[in-house]
Amino acid sequence: MNAIFEGIGASVRRKEDLRFISGRGNYTDDINRPGQTHMVIKRSDRPHARIISIDTSAALAAPGVVAVYTGDDFVNIGGLPCGWQIHNKDGSPMVEPKHPVIAHGKVRHVGDPIAVVIAETKQQAKNAAELLVIDLEDLPSIATTTDALKPGAPIVHDEAAGNLCYDWHLGDADAVAAAFATAHKVVTLDLENNRLIPNAMEPRVALGDYDRSTGDYTLFTTSQNPHVIRLLMGAFVLGLPEHKLRVVAPDVGGGFGSKIYHYAEEAIVTWAAGKLSRPVKWTAERSESFMSDAHGRDHVSTAQMAVDKDGKFLALKVHTVANMGGYLSTFAPAVPTYLYATLLAGTYTTPVIYVEVKAVFTNTVPVDAYRGAGRPEATFLLERLVDAVALDMGMDRVDIRRKNFIPRDAFPYQTPVALQYDSGDYFATLDAALTSADYAGFPARKAAAAAQGKLRGIGVSTYLEACGIAPSKVVGALGARAGLYEVANVRVHPTGSISVFTGTHSHGQGHETTFAQLVSDQLGVPLSQVDIVHGDTGKIPFGMGTYGSRSLAVGGSAMVKAMDKIIAKGKKIAAHLMEASPEDIEFKNGVFSVAGTDKQKTLGEIALTAYVPHNYPIETLEPGLDETAFYDPANFTFPGGCHVCEVEIDPETGVVSIINFNAVDDVGRVVNPMIVEGQVQGGVAQGIGQALLENAAYDASGQLLSGSFMDYTMPRADDLTNITVGTENTMCTHNPLGSKGCGEVGAIGSPPAVINAVCDALNIRHMNMPATAEKVWSIINGRAAG
Amino acid sequence: MPQVTLTVNGKSATVEVEGRTLLVELLREKLGLTGTHVGCDTSQCGACVVHVDGVSVKSCTMLAVQADGAKVTTIEGLAAADGTLHPMQEMFREHHALQCGFCTPGMVMAAIDLVNSNPQGLSQDEIRHGLEGNLCRCTGYHNIVKAIDAAQGIMHAPAAE
Repeated sequence: MNAIFEGIGASVRRKEDLRFISGRGNYTDDINRPGQTHMVIKRSDRPHARIISIDTSAALAAPGVVAVYTGDDFVNIGGLPCGWQIHNKDGSPMVEPKHPVIAHGKVRHVGDPIAVVIAETKQQAKNAAELLVIDLEDLPSIATTTDALKPGAPIVHDEAAGNLCYDWHLGDADAVAAAFATAHKVVTLDLENNRLIPNAMEPRVALGDYDRSTGDYTLFTTSQNPHVIRLLMGAFVLGLPEHKLRVVAPDVGGGFGSKIYHYAEEAIVTWAAGKLSRPVKWTAERSESFMSDAHGRDHVSTAQMAVDKDGKFLALKVHTVANMGGYLSTFAPAVPTYLYATLLAGTYTTPVIYVEVKAVFTNTVPVDAYRGAGRPEATFLLERLVDAVALDMGMDRVDIRRKNFIPRDAFPYQTPVALQYDSGDYFATLDAALTSADYAGFPARKAAAAAQGKLRGIGVSTYLEACGIAPSKVVGALGARAGLYEVANVRVHPTGSISVFTGTHSHGQGHETTFAQLVSDQLGVPLSQVDIVHGDTGKIPFGMGTYGSRSLAVGGSAMVKAMDKIIAKGKKIAAHLMEASPEDIEFKNGVFSVAGTDKQKTLGEIALTAYVPHNYPIETLEPGLDETAFYDPANFTFPGGCHVCEVEIDPETGVVSIINFNAVDDVGRVVNPMIVEGQVQGGVAQGIGQALLENAAYDASGQLLSGSFMDYTMPRADDLTNITVGTENTMCTHNPLGSKGCGEVGAIGSPPAVINAVCDALNIRHMNMPATAEKVWSIINGRAAG
Repeated sequence: MPQVTLTVNGKSATVEVEGRTLLVELLREKLGLTGTHVGCDTSQCGACVVHVDGVSVKSCTMLAVQADGAKVTTIEGLAAADGTLHPMQEMFREHHALQCGFCTPGMVMAAIDLVNSNPQGLSQDEIRHGLEGNLCRCTGYHNIVKAIDAAQGIMHAPAAE
């Protein structure tokens, strides 16, 4: 009988789905603890104000109220730490103002916590929060990215003169200037990357618990990386040692980056649970999510490309202002620098590049990594600029890309902005995407649409990204305050079933299936005998979590290493049992055999022997079959690909409809094609959302105008169309799986493909995102510049 | 406090609630049926969709007292007593129509009502239009549309009756 193939390459249906489709998921808000209290947060409705006084007496006297805390209660507690330090051009460190857990002295954005009320029920806490008497004195405020640097702009932090967090650069300014001086043409483009709100469907939740008998704290939280939260909150905020603090991130309803960071609410509920000796639960309402989850993107840039007379790229110069918001979130400073500027070679051989980045504080919600993090910003800038170069040079948009692609035989390829790409084939993904999109047939479709009074456009984006983060030594040298390896513990139980404990975290990615397939493939056990355990610092040795498309490339590689150790030990046990030399033992499909004989032992038999070591080489080998590996990658991984978008615009309304979207990506080794396709489709949907619909809008003072799903346009089913996904893979050369990562490619490659198509349809040089019907209609009717 | 008596997933329940208690709060907090989720506070996302007397309702937008005497079905009540999944649940799994799973219960409940209300069958465009009240941030809807398309074939097949 042929067993069903469940290993690497099979589109196995997901193990986790049964509980999700049956309503048996276990999300943080589904967890309740005996004696639990409920916390409600009073947040600032002002963008910038001095806190004159807070009168808590009426709230404290209200029915059911257990405690009220303000910033005064947290003055001796650490601020929320920033995990990455960037240095200025002159070598001095960035300005890093304290980010208080609860605002103290001043509030700096709408949504900044001012006080918390803890009561027996959520309704009682809500009622009492209305009784807080808070006297605020409004201060001048600043919200827009470019205005923050203007002389005389209101100052967000006294220690950050001119609102400047850092002034950083990368590349060779002199070489770029020299190339510009002699170039045939220099093409300039000003662009904005619109601010986004991640909006995972599950709002954030934090539940703190304290065990009076042991003094142990437990935090249940909606996190992408529970160990990182334990480290940051324990060591830097609350001063709790790791062995007294357990962080559990159970089923998490989407993250997209927004659940990486250590948030104030996690620290407050944990601290308060200890103070009160009772569990404290906080569940965000969506309105709170809009003003307290880290936002994404928000860059204003000028890009210039020098070209020769044949359209060959000679030099690239980029100036970017990046908005950090009111405080520095955990990863924020790294996003517009090492996750952005280093990507600006893209898929091209541009020999010299110079990038300047100024990061600014404003009276807005902190900005941090959102799906793609820096790479979508780099890709949008580069792929829009390439289209502008083609237009200004009178060249074909596809030809100019081919002319400048890094050749197939040039890998490993060293860019002028620090990265060394290990593998890729940009011609293959381009050709496959153009075929899939029937690019050649577009002129006929455009003519047919024109006959119906519609404007058709097609756009191409040939992107590259760096993920699988990251080599610890490299990122340490670049300012990261943590290593970015990953950990796996593979435990073969006495009867041969297997638990794998991983430091990565699944919040939609399907790790329980993909990782089980790795185990099935390498150890030859059925998927049903493998459990993937994640999201609990009490069970898993350590881990850095899931973001930056790192889980398979880094976490999966750690699993492979741990399984290698299992096999190596199993061979010694098998050699003993079969009276052979360990060198003569082969392992295949779950069976250890002596080469050239019919002697064999199953993995289950070896496991039982390891735990019942009656006949065992006990003098030289410890019992048990349980191995841990820490895997630190040698390099980033470099997925790339081509996205082709075809749009049709109704000139009467300005509505842009996506007619076709074709993505062909190079993600390295694919373990589960069905899951990869789903990841790319989801990423593309978010990219289309950024390009056409989504925008975190502030007024000039810092009032959030898009503060609910009624104002912030999330892509709905009828805004999108089918998204055709293909792969043309080259293998990553430095990790044992060859996998590169697929979580972010969709959101990285797609926005410029959409805008390139819109600009093509409108016959304009550029427009900023989102291409809403109003903006498009205004351009068509000459009421706005393209 | 007002008392509400209703039938949830075939079982009768009588609970005391505050007048302002929402149906979703009754389901999650009083009855422990945490499969129904809350994703927003403006009736936009549809994560909380349940069936009230056979019709899909956003349970965050209905007071518990309004459901007095009603028959409510939640995601937990969809499968048959022997555990056999509803075809919509089965097709969501088969077509990878869920990732994080948070929107899934509301999406499945809304989709069942959409298909039941359209025995003539729906085109993919009509399915997309019919899903306007439900947000998913993970899938891009591609596979959700495929799953519902496949499920309507099973639900409308004569053999299924």
